[in-house]
Amino acid sequence: MQRREWIYGWLLLLPAFALLAMFTHIPAVATFWDSFFSTPRGRREARFIGWENYERLLDDPIFWKVLTNNLWFALGTIPLSMILALAMALWVNKQFFGQGFLRMAYFTPTVLPLIAVANIWLFFYTPGFGLIDQILGLFGFAQTNLLGSPDTALGAVMAVTIWKEAGFFMIFYLAALQSIPPSLLEAAKIEGAGSWTTFRRIVFPLLMPTTLFVSINAVINSFRLVDHLFILTGGGPDNASSLLLFYIYETAFRFWDTAYGATLTVVMLVLLSLLAIGQFFLFDRKVHYQ
Amino acid sequence: MNGRLRFDTWLNGAAAWLLALLWVLPLFYAIWTAIHPAEFEARFVLTAPLTLENFRSAWGAAPFARYFLNTFILVTMILICQFVLCTLAAYAFARFQFPGRSILFSLVLLQLLVMPDILIVENYKTIRALGLVDTIPAIALPYIASGFGIFLLRQTFMTVPRELDEAARIEGASPLGILWRVYVPLAKPTYLAYGLVSVSHHWNNFLWPLIITNSVETRPVTVGLSIFSAIDSGIEWSVINAATLMTSGPLLIAFLLFQRQFVQSFMRAGIK
Repeated sequence: MQRREWIYGWLLLLPAFALLAMFTHIPAVATFWDSFFSTPRGRREARFIGWENYERLLDDPIFWKVLTNNLWFALGTIPLSMILALAMALWVNKQFFGQGFLRMAYFTPTVLPLIAVANIWLFFYTPGFGLIDQILGLFGFAQTNLLGSPDTALGAVMAVTIWKEAGFFMIFYLAALQSIPPSLLEAAKIEGAGSWTTFRRIVFPLLMPTTLFVSINAVINSFRLVDHLFILTGGGPDNASSLLLFYIYETAFRFWDTAYGATLTVVMLVLLSLLAIGQFFLFDRKVHYQ
Repeated sequence: MNGRLRFDTWLNGAAAWLLALLWVLPLFYAIWTAIHPAEFEARFVLTAPLTLENFRSAWGAAPFARYFLNTFILVTMILICQFVLCTLAAYAFARFQFPGRSILFSLVLLQLLVMPDILIVENYKTIRALGLVDTIPAIALPYIASGFGIFLLRQTFMTVPRELDEAARIEGASPLGILWRVYVPLAKPTYLAYGLVSVSHHWNNFLWPLIITNSVETRPVTVGLSIFSAIDSGIEWSVINAATLMTSGPLLIAFLLFQRQFVQSFMRAGIK
């Protein structure tokens, strides 16, 4: 009887696990394996080259460039979009005039494809002709080329990302806010706590699990979302706005250097795991689970 | 005190509205250029004539009808397969005892971190070995066994009272019969939530479809749009914006119509 339950359980899992193994577990392991081989070219087969790919990686200035870019990108987008998301959630949760409009306004960018978002924003950034320059022109400023100059390209891409992401994170905060028992807030009011004290002492600590959840998601997204680069900058100028996944794409599918692409993916996997583990420990002490 | 409180609310309201206006501005602007002739791209005159010409020329300039069909097939295929596979797996995790259960479950959760989006190099090799490059199933395959879906449905199935399960068993229902008649109907809100998240996610997906497709017959709208707007031949902005709105249109309209359900679905999908 018990045996039958085992077999049932395994059989139910079989189809899902066949695909999971095929497209997640085996590829993850194969990435490590392939990073120790050379890229097969024409008739020459891949051969074992040990750490050679990794040595090349350490000497690759573009790799270091995209890695630092990605860290700046994460540092620039994650805190700001999370703070905005929290503010949006607090506002939408209050009964303001036009609450429905506010919620729609904040959330709509989330529904749009990132490619479409990039198209819309590209027009703002167009030198001379775009909206930003048109407005600046009214005040007598010179033409800008935000996407075309190495100093501002990454920042311009970050702005688009924040616009797209904040509304998404708002949803999670909103859900958490609505699950806070109203009695707690009333008690605080009776005790004479101001709205800032209530937020800092009661609401914010209760939102900690959500903050952890959102921040892990945000970190993953900051490595995963590169669609807008294809439209906005193509990673340029001179890799100034390129990110790790975009570089992996270029290496593996433009230059067809799959072994080096695998090596770069290893870096990505290691980084993501470290960040996830680190965040978990960092927040774990401060998170109050109910 | 009361005066300060009112001022506080007023200030908050003003900030909320300011941010909201800033947030809709890009979209409003895209709509403005798309429904007006090109010469009004940067001239905001209320009397500017409305036109659908931009949409017409965008539609005629690239095989968007085919792209839409491809996306529709893709999204439907993914959704149906995800529902079937994730339901079965979630049921196993929620209600069956078998050796290796917790290890297997952590292997499922691993996919929340190591997403198929990142493993593009190896997944391309797999798809090529299967001979499926440039087909719609190739776009769908890596996403079908969704760790997120399995997790979400498992959480829902665990809240189903055991008594219902046992009552059905006494009446002689098979495990699959119980799944179909007891668990699935009770999980309807989760299916709706997960369905909306999945459809919008795969409608919007770009990188993997870009890599794995290379013909009009398989490309989804996102890839089609990127090719359309990357042509240097000086297509007018108003036309590009029309195309952009067109590709996001169905989702956008669905969102505006079912706004409440949409937001609640995302919330439900997030909490658990």
